[in-house]
Amino acid sequence: MFTPHTDSEREAMLRTIGAGSIEDLFTDIPAGYRFPKLNLPPVLSEMEALAEAEDLAGANESARDLICFLGAGAYNHYVPAAVDALIRRGEFATSYTPYQPEVSQGTLQAIFEFQSLVAALTGMEVSNASHYDGATSAAEAAVMAYHHFREKRTRFVLSQAVHPQFRQVVRTYMQGYAGLEFTGDEPTVDPLATPDSLTKLIDSNTALVMVQYPDFLGRIFDLTALASAVHAAGSLLCVAINPTALALLKTPGEYGADIVVGEGQPLGIPLSFGGPYLGLFATRKELVRKISGRIVGESVDGQGRRGYVLTLTAREQHIRREKATSNICTNQGLMALAACIYLSLLGKKGLRQVADLCYQNAHYAAAQIAAIPGFKVYSDAPFFHEFVVRCPQPVEEINTHLLDHEILGGYDLGQAYPSLKDHMLVAVTEMNSRQDIDYLVEALKEVAHD
Amino acid sequence: MQVLANLKYSSTDEWVKMDGNVATIGITDYAQSQLSDIVYVEIKVSEGEKIEKNSPLATLESVKAAADVNAPIGGKVVAANDGLGQTPEMVNSDPFGAAWMVKLEISNPAELDSLMDAAAYEKYCEGRGH
Repeated sequence: MFTPHTDSEREAMLRTIGAGSIEDLFTDIPAGYRFPKLNLPPVLSEMEALAEAEDLAGANESARDLICFLGAGAYNHYVPAAVDALIRRGEFATSYTPYQPEVSQGTLQAIFEFQSLVAALTGMEVSNASHYDGATSAAEAAVMAYHHFREKRTRFVLSQAVHPQFRQVVRTYMQGYAGLEFTGDEPTVDPLATPDSLTKLIDSNTALVMVQYPDFLGRIFDLTALASAVHAAGSLLCVAINPTALALLKTPGEYGADIVVGEGQPLGIPLSFGGPYLGLFATRKELVRKISGRIVGESVDGQGRRGYVLTLTAREQHIRREKATSNICTNQGLMALAACIYLSLLGKKGLRQVADLCYQNAHYAAAQIAAIPGFKVYSDAPFFHEFVVRCPQPVEEINTHLLDHEILGGYDLGQAYPSLKDHMLVAVTEMNSRQDIDYLVEALKEVAHD
Repeated sequence: MQVLANLKYSSTDEWVKMDGNVATIGITDYAQSQLSDIVYVEIKVSEGEKIEKNSPLATLESVKAAADVNAPIGGKVVAANDGLGQTPEMVNSDPFGAAWMVKLEISNPAELDSLMDAAAYEKYCEGRGH
C-alpha cells in the first residue's frame, strides 16, 4: 500500500492547522453520513470478480447485437480493422499530447494530417488539433465569438435544430458570464422551422449564430441567405456538421461559415455507449489566434528537414494563465488519430461512397416506411441519412416492440421537442442492408396492426 | 535599456507622450525586453470609446507570457493602432515609435501627475533588477 505520509507527519500537519484528528476534518458532513455502513457483498477473488463483470457486461445490448436505426448525433458506421490495429501501436501510445517535437514526430504528423483533412472536409482554412466531443467544440465556438467581440456582443442565436445536448453544453459553458442572452431555441419555437427564420433574431448585438447542417432532424438547407444576414450584422456564423455528410454536400466554408464544429465520431470511432468521441473545430485564418486548444504546424529543423511542432497553444493557461479565455489545454489525441487513419484509408472516393450508401439506404427506408398506413415521413426538405417519422403510437412502445425483434429503433423526438411527441428520428447508414430495412418495415407494420 | 526623456511612465510599464491634450500610449523598452518576443497584439478598444484610467487597452502575448496593457490615464480614444496586430514584432523593435497602441484625448490632466518622469522610471526599473 502506498503511504504518502508517516504518522508523525500527519500529527505535525494536524497540529499546524489546529485539528485534533483526521476525523475532525470531516465535521462539516452530518455525522450520520460521515462513515456510513455500506451494504456490500462479500469480497470476491479476482477470478470471481471477472466472471461477475462479464455477466454484467453481457446484459448490455450493443449496436453489434442489434440492427441499429438509432442516430441523433452518434452513428453506427463500419470501422475498418486497420483503424484499431494502427491506433494500438506502441509508437502512438501516449498519456498526453506530446510537447517535445524531438520525440513525437509521428504523433505530431498524425495531428497535422488530421487538421489538414478536417480543413479540407469542412472547406475551412484552419482546424485545431480537436476537442473532447462535438458539444465541447460548439461551446468553444460560443466562447470564441464572445471574446472575438471583446465581450461586447451578448446575444447568441441558436437554431432549435442544433443538437439539444450541444445547446445545453453551450449554456453550461457560458453560465459564468453575466448578461448573456440565448435565443432562437425557446420551447415555443417550431422545431421544423427553417434556418432563414433565425434572420429576424440577428442584430448588431449578436455575437454568434449557430445552425446544424444537416440539422438535428436530418434536413439539409441552403445557408446562403442566413450567412449574408449574419455577416450583414457583423456577427459570426457557426455551422455544426456531420463529417460523413460533407462528402456529398457543399461545404460550410463555401457558404461563408466563420466557425465549423462537429462530432467526429462517425469517422472511424465506435459508438462505445457514448464515448470517447471527437470534437471537430475549424475556422478562418483570420480567427486563428482566438482558437482554443492547440494547432500543430509544419516546419523545418536546423538541417532543413521537414518536421512538425505545436505551433499555436497561445490560448492555453501556461502562456495566458488567468487571462486564458478557455480552459482547454489538450486535444482528443487517440480519437483524432483514429479519424485521421479512417479518412486516409477511405480516401475522398471511399468517404463519398460511404455517404452515398447512407443517403441511398436512408431514402429507401423513408419510402418504405412512408408506405405503411399510420406512419408519416416528413419530406418537405432534402435529408441525408436521418429523417422524421410520425408514428401511430408512442415511440417508446414502438421501440419496445422493435427490441423484441432485435432492432434498436430511432430516437424519441418527444424527449427534446414536446411538440414532436410520437415522432421518431430514424438513422440509416451503410451498416443497414436492404434486408435489415425490409425487416424493420415488417416489424413496424405489426405495430400498425396492433 | 532605453528610456526617453520627454515621456511619462506608469508603474505597469506603459509610456505616455503628450501632444496638446492627446496622449499617445505604448509599452516601454523595459517591458518588451521582459516579455521577450511578442507574437500577438490585440488592441481592445476602438475609436470613439471612452475609457477609464486602468481599464485594459490591449493584450500582448509573447513566447513566454501574456500581459494586459492598461490605460495609465482616462480619456476618449481618438486612434487605435490596429495594424500592430499584423506586425507584433514592432513592439520589440520600436516600442516608443511604430508600436504605439492607442491615442487618447485625455479627460483629466491631473491624472498625469501620478505618472513618473524618465529619471524616476529609470530608477524604478533598476530597483526591480532583471
